[in-house]
Amino acid sequence: MSTAEIESTSDPADPSGTGQTEKAKESSRLRMSAKGVDVHYGETHAIKDVNLDILEGEVTALIGPSGCGKSTFLRCFNRMNDTIPSCRVTGEITLDGGDIYSPSLDVVQLRARVGMVFQKPNPFPKSIYDNVAYGPRIHGVASSRAEFDEIVERSLVRAGLWEEVKDRLISPATALSGGQQQRLCIARAIAVEPEVILMDEPCSALDPIATAKIEELIFELRDRFAIAIVTHNMQQAARVSQRTAFFHLGTLVEYGATDEIFTNPRETKTSDYITGRYG
Amino acid sequence: MTEMNGPQTHADPAENRWSSPKLTRHLRKRQRAEGIFKWCGAAAIAFALSSLAFLLFSTVLSGAGAFVATEIQLDVDLTGAPFNQLAAPNDLAAPGRQAALDAEAATALLKEADYRSLVKDSLRALFPEAKGRKDKRALGTLVSRGAAGELEDAVLADRSLVGQTVSIWLPADDEIDLFRKSDGEGTERLGDQKVKWIDELESQGRLRSVLNMAFLTSGDSREPELAGIWGALVGSFWTLLVTLLIVLPLGLAAAIYLEEFAVKNRWTEIIEVNINNLAAVPSIVFGILGLAFFLGTLDLPRSAPLVGGLTLSLMTLPTIIITGRVSIQAVAPSIRQAALGIGASPLQVVAHHVLPVAMPGILTGTIIGMARALGETAPLLMIGMVAFVVDVPSGPTDAATALPVQIFLWSDSPERAFAEKTAGAILVLLAFLIVMNGSAVALRRRFEKRGS
Repeated sequence: MSTAEIESTSDPADPSGTGQTEKAKESSRLRMSAKGVDVHYGETHAIKDVNLDILEGEVTALIGPSGCGKSTFLRCFNRMNDTIPSCRVTGEITLDGGDIYSPSLDVVQLRARVGMVFQKPNPFPKSIYDNVAYGPRIHGVASSRAEFDEIVERSLVRAGLWEEVKDRLISPATALSGGQQQRLCIARAIAVEPEVILMDEPCSALDPIATAKIEELIFELRDRFAIAIVTHNMQQAARVSQRTAFFHLGTLVEYGATDEIFTNPRETKTSDYITGRYG
Repeated sequence: MTEMNGPQTHADPAENRWSSPKLTRHLRKRQRAEGIFKWCGAAAIAFALSSLAFLLFSTVLSGAGAFVATEIQLDVDLTGAPFNQLAAPNDLAAPGRQAALDAEAATALLKEADYRSLVKDSLRALFPEAKGRKDKRALGTLVSRGAAGELEDAVLADRSLVGQTVSIWLPADDEIDLFRKSDGEGTERLGDQKVKWIDELESQGRLRSVLNMAFLTSGDSREPELAGIWGALVGSFWTLLVTLLIVLPLGLAAAIYLEEFAVKNRWTEIIEVNINNLAAVPSIVFGILGLAFFLGTLDLPRSAPLVGGLTLSLMTLPTIIITGRVSIQAVAPSIRQAALGIGASPLQVVAHHVLPVAMPGILTGTIIGMARALGETAPLLMIGMVAFVVDVPSGPTDAATALPVQIFLWSDSPERAFAEKTAGAILVLLAFLIVMNGSAVALRRRFEKRGS
């Protein structure tokens, strides 16, 4: 593929802090943490006793074959699984030390702090402006028109979409191309200034060029947000992430620094998957 | 056989197999089946269309006459008994309280006049040869029974007519009207004498056909030439208004709750099945319910559009809930997820994202439900909206009737002229239904364009 991708593969891996992990430093950067998480869909045991951390300034990739539960697990972090009646989550998941499943926590506010980008671009059938301004509006973050304008511009700039849409902010978002729509969805998520962004296969519906743009964007957003990304594409995981978790049949098989997992996996299952033996 | 052998000599066995007589026969059979199906479908559509065309044609043919009325020109002598007591019309216009009092007295005086005999006298003046009692009575039936009332209205409206002989157009009797419209049919029914009079009036230019304003602007009447649909239309309007005000908020709330908030369990399943069953309940059953509950228990006024609207809303509610739920279900789940994922509360998801997308479908369902309510007769019969109501209702609690009930009432009337009124009212009802269904289609098109 292109040189940009090769750069982004080598670039984050070397100078980033993953190699030199000091315990203290790591705990200060800890944003979300899952301890002993089990998920049941009715009778099905979808996620079995998983422990995983999401750190600030890093991209954590969740990989694994289809149906291994990586998307289900990701959706536990902003309690999107609550919308599925048969779904039951046990164990502890914390955001900045606070249990997100505690009854005192407001799930609406949690989802403002933990944003999400979905597999298929899903802009609202409204204007580009309204899409980005929607989050700040419902959370009461901004009040004046000028504040909204500023948030919309800042979010679109950060999502790398501003130059393409600045002249047609009032045109419908559904008229954008797939890749632009997905970047708009990212802009919409970051407009409410979340602490963590969850991405559920954000590039699986996009062509390679749009995918490359999203990957660049993830690389830039990494500094400000803790990012967890589910992906089917192992090259993508290798390119964008600093940590990788490999799931198989609902269990977390291996979790560690991305370059280690891809170059020197501890488990044979992991190496089999990475080398394309199955999956 | 040679054809069959031909491909066999070729090396390609596949071609051989596909052109074998067995498969060729099979192919022909499939093609024939397809042809027969297409032909049957086209025939069914043609039959339906021609039936519709015939229905419309015959209704228009028999109903068009309802919009035309016959009038007779009479020279009425307003110089006689009560009128000569009245001061000259110029004095009436004098200003001041005294003048107002005078005007009141004058009105009372004008109301006392015997307009019926005035009309009769003017007819006799036209045909002095009518001497016998029987002939005189027959002469009197040339004009409508409402003619005297029309004359009174004309005099009260324009006092300057008083004191002179005025030439005025008055409604003719329905029999005359029918006779003229049917090009001379029904001579036996009218009798030779009347036919002679009519011919004479016609030759004097004293008969004319005008737009039947009474049909469009007045309430019901025992006289076909005076009966109108306005009262029934207004009654239908009030009834539908009550229905809409109840059905739209209730149906929408129920659909949203069941679709977006209710926990899916055995109870909601039972409710769902029952709503579907209610949509199939015969409408007269809702009429009985309305009779027992709204009139019996709540003691609401009989024959009122309020009760009619309540009863029709019971009937329409299941339909609205079902179409509302279908429209809400049709909203892409990805939009709901997007809104939830950004931190919208369930109510915000519904209000900001689901409803705007589902609204065209909901409105279409509502309009179609209202169109069904507009055409409904049976439940209204049960709650007494079948009464003979002359006055145009001025509110939802006045006694009223509805358009389809009016059609039913007229179709039951013995007077022949009501047949064309019935068809005319059916035309008006059809026009409203077409407009309502057309607006439903237009609404959906507009929203679809905007959504994409």
